[in-house]
Amino acid sequence: MHIVVCIKAIPDPDIPITLFRVDENLKTVVSAVDLRYVMSPFDEQAIEGALRVREMFGEVRISLLCMGPESARAIVKKGLSLGADEAILLSDNAFEEADSYTTALTLATAIKKIGNVDLILGGRQAADTDAGVVCCGISELLCLPAVTFAKSLVVEENLARVERVLQNGVETIEMLLPAVVSITHELGPPRSPSLRETMRSANKPITIWTAADLDLKPSQVGREGARRVLKNLYVPESKMVCELMEGNTPEETASSLIRRLREDKLI
Amino acid sequence: MKDAVNILVLVECDQGLPSSVSLEVLGLARRLCDKLESNVVALALGNGLEKVGESLLTYGADQVYMVDAPIFTSYQADAWLPDVLNIIESNMPGVILLGHTTTGADLAPRIAFRLSTSVAMSCIDIRQQENKFTFTRPCYGGKAHEVSTFHSTQAVATIQPKTQDPISPNPKRKGPIICVKSVLDPKKVRTKIVKQVVEENNVDALVNAEIVVAGGGGMKGPEGFRLAHELASTLGGAVGASRVACDLGWCPASYQIGLSGQKVAPRIYFAIGISGTMQHIAGCSNSKVIIAINTDPDAPMFKVAKFGIIGDCHQVLTALTKAIKNIKS
Repeated sequence: MHIVVCIKAIPDPDIPITLFRVDENLKTVVSAVDLRYVMSPFDEQAIEGALRVREMFGEVRISLLCMGPESARAIVKKGLSLGADEAILLSDNAFEEADSYTTALTLATAIKKIGNVDLILGGRQAADTDAGVVCCGISELLCLPAVTFAKSLVVEENLARVERVLQNGVETIEMLLPAVVSITHELGPPRSPSLRETMRSANKPITIWTAADLDLKPSQVGREGARRVLKNLYVPESKMVCELMEGNTPEETASSLIRRLREDKLI
Repeated sequence: MKDAVNILVLVECDQGLPSSVSLEVLGLARRLCDKLESNVVALALGNGLEKVGESLLTYGADQVYMVDAPIFTSYQADAWLPDVLNIIESNMPGVILLGHTTTGADLAPRIAFRLSTSVAMSCIDIRQQENKFTFTRPCYGGKAHEVSTFHSTQAVATIQPKTQDPISPNPKRKGPIICVKSVLDPKKVRTKIVKQVVEENNVDALVNAEIVVAGGGGMKGPEGFRLAHELASTLGGAVGASRVACDLGWCPASYQIGLSGQKVAPRIYFAIGISGTMQHIAGCSNSKVIIAINTDPDAPMFKVAKFGIIGDCHQVLTALTKAIKNIKS
């Protein structure tokens, strides 16, 4: 069985707000010295999902697929040290400033080129754009069934059984492979790279494909092919001033708070 | 107006009535279409929709389409898409709006790709400027907002719950309610729901709660969450948590609020023993009032809070529950 996990390098989502800056003219995040690029946390969980399938299923090849600049190699290596077998980095200036449409198109075209893929996994959303569109997009472009928000995933023969998180509970869905599954945080924390896999990963192949390798024209991908036009990117202002409750004991401060909430008709 | 851009709202129903987020989205669509002098078209798929049509007109729709069949009892993309696309094709709305729920977030991207366009997810505002719609949505875990438009003639968007107001219901509003026969070929549904379990502490309970009592690392253990539950049940609210508390196993993963959890926007958000990482604030920053309770006066949570208490979480929680019980009795 062959699983492809789509991963993305994003600005560290845990960076303190004081270090986070955007360039409103360029409409991008300012890359400061303190700003690391990391693998989107949900994608790490997607790799975890693939590894769990391998542990149960046995013979599984796991390939990582990442669209990003050459610098994304760092997160690709991390994915390999977690246990993936190989990686493909889709890197081309033409891919830059993609929207979710051109991102899904580029990834789907690469998956077609890889060929004979049984399962495509990704995080429920990238933790920079926070959109959660690409997995569904890939499934539409490749005419494959897809289940989103998966908290667990089991494969038996050619059937995937997925637990999907709902607004009011959980449902179990079955579908035949090949299929697409997006993984949510309820899957649980991903494992850490093991020393053995880290040593092995040095010899695992990372292949680079450009738009030409995928037979895609520059007009179809990245910013040129995008449907969305980004007009503004800004940091919203917060003018909140916190009113600290007075009191010498917890009981007194609690009463102060309740009095203020009642004054403001909040309770 | 002939060339007016109509807005189609895809409605979700719960026990035969439109869901609260669907009414919020209808409210937004109504206000936009009033300016444009165009129509709000509502589309509901479900099983047993008798009461839905009237309700949607009352809450702002000009025209309602309903596809009522047992197969639509639960959402499945393969089952819903053919009928949704059928109505879109016959109406050609300029904008298609859905609530950002586990259904809307799954369906909206698929609609967009079928229409060969992109989609703005989890929007907090939509405006109309010179015949173009602009979509505002948080990104980078809420640290930034982006405003976008679309090249394509049609745009798809999901709307973050609790960011829009429904209109005041007007039972005098009338309009056509059109029941459409499903065009679905059930053989083409490639997924099969084999089990559904309703959980007590579910996403809905958290997302729809008017009051959320959320605990973090400062809760010191499961005992803190027992106290949080006591306060929440006294106030009629729900309990949430930060990633730290979930990862430590003090409460179920479904409690998690933040970038990698649920987004909530209650009337009152208690952040108890939560330092306030950006990843957490992303999930609660739309709350009307945030109350931070922490021993550390420098916790970033105080920067987004309207009210704050510096003190021990357990003691303050116990005191709050007691004080509210006193008021009630």
